[in-house]
Order: sequence, then C-alpha cells, then structure tokens
Amino acid sequence: MPKYGILIDYEFCVGCRACELACKQEHNRPDGEWGIYVNKVEPETVEGKIYYFPFPTDNCNLCGKRIAKGLQPACVHNCWVGVMKFGTIEQLAENMRKKPRTVLWAPH
Amino acid sequence: MRVVRSIARTGPGCHQGCGVLLYVEDGKLVKVEGDPRFPLSQGRLCPRCQALREVVYHPDRLKYPLKRVGERGEGKWQRITWEEATETIAQKFSEIKREYGPESVIFCSGTARDVYPYISMLADSFGSPNRVCFGPLHGNACFFPKIAIMSALFGSFAVADCAQSYPERYEHPEWQVPKCIVIWGNKPVVTSPDGFLGHWIVDCMRRGSKLIVIDPRRTWEAAHAEIWMQIRPGTDAALAMAMLKVIINENLYDEAFVQKWTYGFDELKKRVQEYPPEKAAKITWIPEEQIIAAARMYAMSKPASIQWGVALDQSKECISTLHAITALWSVTGNMDVPGGNIIKGHLFGLGIPSGQKRKTVPGEQKRKRKRIGTGKYSFLDWADMIPGEALIDQMLTDVPYPLKAAWIQGTNTFACGTADARRTYEAFKKLDFNVVVDLFMTPTAMAFADIVLPTATYPERDGIYNPVGGTNCIGVISKAIEPVGECKSDMEINLKLGKRLNPQAWPWQDVREMFDFMLKPAGVTFAELREKGYLFGSFEYKKHEKGLLRPDKKPGFNTPTGKVELYSTVLDKCGLDPLPYFEEPPESPVSTPDIVKEYPLILTTGARTAAFFHSEHRQIPSLRRMNPDPIVEINPETAEKLCIKDGDWVYIESRYGKCKQRARLNGGIHPEVVNAQHAWWFPEKPGPEPSLFGVWESNINLLLPSGWTGKSGLGYPFKAQMCRVYKVE
Repeated sequence: MPKYGILIDYEFCVGCRACELACKQEHNRPDGEWGIYVNKVEPETVEGKIYYFPFPTDNCNLCGKRIAKGLQPACVHNCWVGVMKFGTIEQLAENMRKKPRTVLWAPH
Repeated sequence: MRVVRSIARTGPGCHQGCGVLLYVEDGKLVKVEGDPRFPLSQGRLCPRCQALREVVYHPDRLKYPLKRVGERGEGKWQRITWEEATETIAQKFSEIKREYGPESVIFCSGTARDVYPYISMLADSFGSPNRVCFGPLHGNACFFPKIAIMSALFGSFAVADCAQSYPERYEHPEWQVPKCIVIWGNKPVVTSPDGFLGHWIVDCMRRGSKLIVIDPRRTWEAAHAEIWMQIRPGTDAALAMAMLKVIINENLYDEAFVQKWTYGFDELKKRVQEYPPEKAAKITWIPEEQIIAAARMYAMSKPASIQWGVALDQSKECISTLHAITALWSVTGNMDVPGGNIIKGHLFGLGIPSGQKRKTVPGEQKRKRKRIGTGKYSFLDWADMIPGEALIDQMLTDVPYPLKAAWIQGTNTFACGTADARRTYEAFKKLDFNVVVDLFMTPTAMAFADIVLPTATYPERDGIYNPVGGTNCIGVISKAIEPVGECKSDMEINLKLGKRLNPQAWPWQDVREMFDFMLKPAGVTFAELREKGYLFGSFEYKKHEKGLLRPDKKPGFNTPTGKVELYSTVLDKCGLDPLPYFEEPPESPVSTPDIVKEYPLILTTGARTAAFFHSEHRQIPSLRRMNPDPIVEINPETAEKLCIKDGDWVYIESRYGKCKQRARLNGGIHPEVVNAQHAWWFPEKPGPEPSLFGVWESNINLLLPSGWTGKSGLGYPFKAQMCRVYKVE
C-alpha cells in the first residue's frame, strides 16, 4: 500500500511545466515520455478561472533514489511556485485539512 | 560527481538570475537543479534551465570561429583560428576607423544581461558612441521607457516590493505584504520580467495579496484576480488618468506625502478632470464601475504595489502611460514604503543605470555629439539613449555620416524584436563588415555575418551577476565545465579583442582580473564573492526622508525640484507635455475607422511563453515540444465567423505585410483582439537565402511599419495595430 505522496496546491499552480522537465532530466526520459504531466482546465468563455493539475503518470516512482538520500522528488524540489509537497500520506492529509483546492497523489 | 553553485545568466538568454546547482560528471554537465540557498529563487527553476543540457550539448552549437567564404547568405563558411578571427576584425575595424571615424562602427547587443558592460567597454575603448541596445528596437520599446521616465520623474528606479531586497525575504521584519498588487500589462508568472521573478507574486498571493489585473487576455493572474479589467490595447493611459481622477476627487490620496514630496499636484489634478471614468470606459472598453472599483481598491489598500510590464512600453506615446502610472503610486503614498513600489538600493554603486554611468566615461561628452540620433529627440539626449529607428534610417541613408560595420553580440535583429523586419535586414546587409557572436547559426548570422564567433553558455564560463532590475544582490556565475569546441565566453572574447584594439583600456591579464577590478566598489574579489555565492546590498525604505537619494545627501528625490515631479520639469524642458495624457494609437478603431473596415482586429504582438526567450530555444526539443508552432490567439466567436478552427494555419495581415501562424482559440481573449507570438524562425529549415531558416514565414514584425516611434523617441505600438486574419488555403 502507498506510504508517500505528493500534495499539490493547485490553486497556485501556474502551469509553467518546470516539474515535467525536472522529472525528464532526473530520469533521462526520452522526448515524449512523462513522469508528471501538467493538465490545463480552462473555461471556454471569458468567465471563470484557469487551473493547472500536474498529474504523476505511471512512470512516477516518487524519485526513490533521491528520497533515500533525504532529497525531495525532482518535481517538488524544482517546482517554480513551490506548490508541491512530498511526505507521508498521513502528514499530507493533515496539511490538506488546512487548505482547500489541494490534491493528494499517491502514484506509487 | 561535482556540484557547482552558480547563477543562471545569458546565454541562453534569460531575464533573471536564478540560483542553480550544476552537477558535473567526467567533465560533463549531467543535471541542473534549483539552488535552495539562493534567496531570490529558493530552489525553484523554470523549464528553460531544466533543458539547459540540451542547449549546451546541442549538435548545432557553433563551436569554432567561422569566416564567410561564399556570398553573404550562401551559407558557405570556413573554420578559422581565434587569432585569425581577432586579427581580421581588428584590422577591418581599424581601417574603418581611420577612414570614417570610430563612430562608423556600431556595437549591438540584445537584452545582454550580464554581457552588457563588456559590449559597452568595447564600444567605449574603440571610441564609438554607438552602443546599440536590443539590436535595434523601434522606440527602444522595452524597459528603457520605464528607466527614462522614472529617472525624469523621481530620479531613480522603482519596482513592486516582494521582499526581494533582503536575504531573509518574506521573513524580514520591516517588509509588509502588499494588500493589493496591480499586474499591469504583463504575466509575470510566465515572463519574470527585468529582474522580477514571477513566483514572488504567487508567494505574496499566498500571504494574502489581492490582485488587480489589466490585460486584454485572461492570463492566469487575470483569472485569479479580484478585479480583471479587459482593456482595449493601447489605451492604458486613459485608464490610469481615470483612476487618478477617482482617487484625487474622492480624497483617497495620501495628502501628507503629496504635500511634502510631490511637485505639480494641482496641475495634475486639473489635467485628470479631462478623464472621467465614463469617458475612459468608452475609450478603454472597461466598464465604468469597474474602473471606479479598481481605483478605490488600489487607493484604499495599504500598502499596494504596481508590477508593470512591457506592454506599457509598447504603445506609441508610452511615456505618458508610464507617467500616469508613476503618479498613481506616488499620490497614494506607495513610493518606497514596505509593500509598495520601492526604490532600488545603492548596491555598492554597481546598480547605476548604464546611461548615467556612461556620462563618466572620459571623452564621452565629445563623442556624444557624433552619436546616432543626437539632437533628434531632446528627451533621449537627456536620457542618454540612441533612438532605435533613427539607427536604421542612418544605416540606409548615410545621413549625417555613413555606418560601415557592426559588432552584433547576442542579438537576432530582424528575426527578433525590430519592427519593419525587412527594412532592418536591408540596413544590416548594406554594411561593409559584420561580426556576429552567438551560440547558434541564426538568421542574423546567416544573412549578413562576415565573421561568426562562438560564445559559451553560462555553465561554461565565469561572470558577475549584477541584476538590471529591482533586486538588491550581486553574485557570481561559476564555470562548471569546459566550453564545447573552441567556444569562449563573451567576456573573454571582448577582452581579447579589446586588448588588440586598445590595450590601455583593457589592462587585465584575464577575465578574473577584470572581474576583480569591476567588483572593487563592493569590496570583494571575484574569488571571495564566489565563495559567498551572493552578497546583498544594504537597504532602507523611505530613502527620500533620509537623504539617501540625492548626490548632495539632502532629503528629497534626485530631480530638479527635489520632489516627485507629477508635473515634469524635465519633459517640459524637452518640449514634451509635462503632464500625462492619452493619445489614440496611430491605427485603431477610433483613429482610423476607414482602415478598420478592412483590418478589423486589433493585433498585439510579442506574446511570451515559458518555453523560449525571445528568438532563442527554437532548436531545443523539450522546449519546442511545449510550443511547436508560432501561435496566434483568437476568440472562438471571432474564429467561428472567420471559419477558423483551433490549430488551423492562418495569415495575419496588416496594411504593411503578412505572416502565417497557427490559430489557438482562447475564450479569454477579447473578441476584437488577436495576440501573436514574435521572434519565430525555424532552425530545422534551410539556412541559406532565401529561406534564412524560414525567417520570413511567421515573422510578425513584417506587419509593423516604420515611422511610429513616439514623440519622445521612446515607445512604439507593438501591441496596438490593426490586422485581419484568414485561413491559409
């Protein structure tokens, strides 16, 4: 069962895609392979907000090697707006109670 | 594995210096990561640095000096040694100097970043007053108008306060969260303009800042704002004047600050009466009640700051817009207060704007008389800048004297920012001798270079980080790896050529010695600063109260009256309107209704993307994948009427020219506005003429004519022009 996860404060994700490329660099992924992928939700009319959702794909192993060294996953470390958090699911769920518009992923 | 702590700088180009960790294995760069210890970026790193390895090790990197062996544009090059390259350039430049004078050689940069001083030093030591920025840009319509107007109105440079002046950042006890941030004409979370990192805005939002956003497009910031005003492009001055009227007439201004520290308030008050919100609403397309609400929200939020963007430099009479906005933060008492618009610190005397610094170069005053465009615009003479468009005129006409050669370092001329791209291309082609210094073979190098010099990327070199914008620290760029091929850093290249041309002006053995000399005012050597990583300058708020702004150390601002000049004595002396006003763009639904019948859409150009820096990065796979084609954004309603579907290739056409880009439908853009990307070329297409890497296919600057520089010599309507759009059949 999953122990660790990534909590994303999607209210403030600006969709820069730094996480995608940090992951690609860390894992030397070929062009077109993603470990995390940023999806965009944009209203078709002029009303409403734009939201971005970084989604960890099946390739995501939460940067096991980095975690073993006490580092953050590459996407979390480099996140351009600092909206990603790594931790145990319990810790992150606790964080989630304090902030709406967050999403908790347990990809692995 | 070795990790080198450095700061990201050009090239590849970038507006900001983020702290980076460069991982090196067996002499190769294997990974780039954000440096959590660097206070301004705190470990964050955008896609362009994440893809840095792809730039450094790109197979198309220029690796050796090249000499042209065929006709210009044929793409026939021969590898030569650095000695031969330097000798050829020195001889040619010296010949031209003897025959026509040193002013006949121009020295061009792009945005230049930390390369800036070395290009200026090269021009100065050669004796040419013609140091051209943005290589060239009509109306110098990027950042320079802001520098010039702020110098005129309050003698300094100010920027929104996001705690960037202190290493402790948001934890510093004196800093306050801006209650309101106005994002005007930019999307900082994508662009991080001029020394201002966009994530600071998000950090402030997470600490409670509310946004007012002024933009014809629904940017992320606009979508998350309390008030988003979808403005008609080019009418920002009318909005600012109406906001001033509300604030002044409703007594929402800071009376104490206005009385003590401003000059010409009564004149301003009288002028803004010409702009009631009702009238501004008609001009700007923004509902009257929204203008009033925004004015009240901004004035009643204490503190409040304004983050303004390049869109405000890119109207014809931009000086007036910037003047009115400066008046907004001045009359509301947000000048140099925590969480307001802060005046940049002294930064060891290293942060002086280039123009002011150049006044101290020996012989500069005499040389200036020969500078291109001198006497054409009094305000530019005052601000010490060369008018971009006058440069092109002179290249083509030889009046008042001929230009013969160009040193083109890190700028892509007609493939990038310049309006009337073909005319700029013709102008450079006419010169006898051109040298291009760059990372890749660009359309510029292909079209008219006689010698091409390969420069190093930032992990391949040392350098000094000295931000141009409103930050308050210096640092070093640390070499992590040997350059590929025979590449040399811009600093090494200029030192080598400088020593050959004028050894007295370049007395240093190597770049480290040169850096030590340049860092003397800060009291550190390059090695010491490298050890520290970065060094913050001292910083205080309300410098005008403490005598920290004027050379005579008296309280007040560094202006003729010692006040913030709402009524500008400098503009007055230069024959310009001393008070702000609104003028219609040269082409608009109001000023040219006849043209609008055929060209009904307002075109704004220069849309930025996180994937590219201006004309760079098109050959970098990870980044190109983010934005494979040139994009023009169109409202779905408009597109439907024109039978255009998402992803269709379309022509964008003005009275002056056309180009083709790919339509992206966006419900968040005004139905009467389209927004096109700039600086497109296709490294994958043939380089030799006539293709020049497909540079004429999607070049938005083919649509923009000459002759629209603002009255002050600053400003050009890159973001307000009439066009039509139709599907490519």
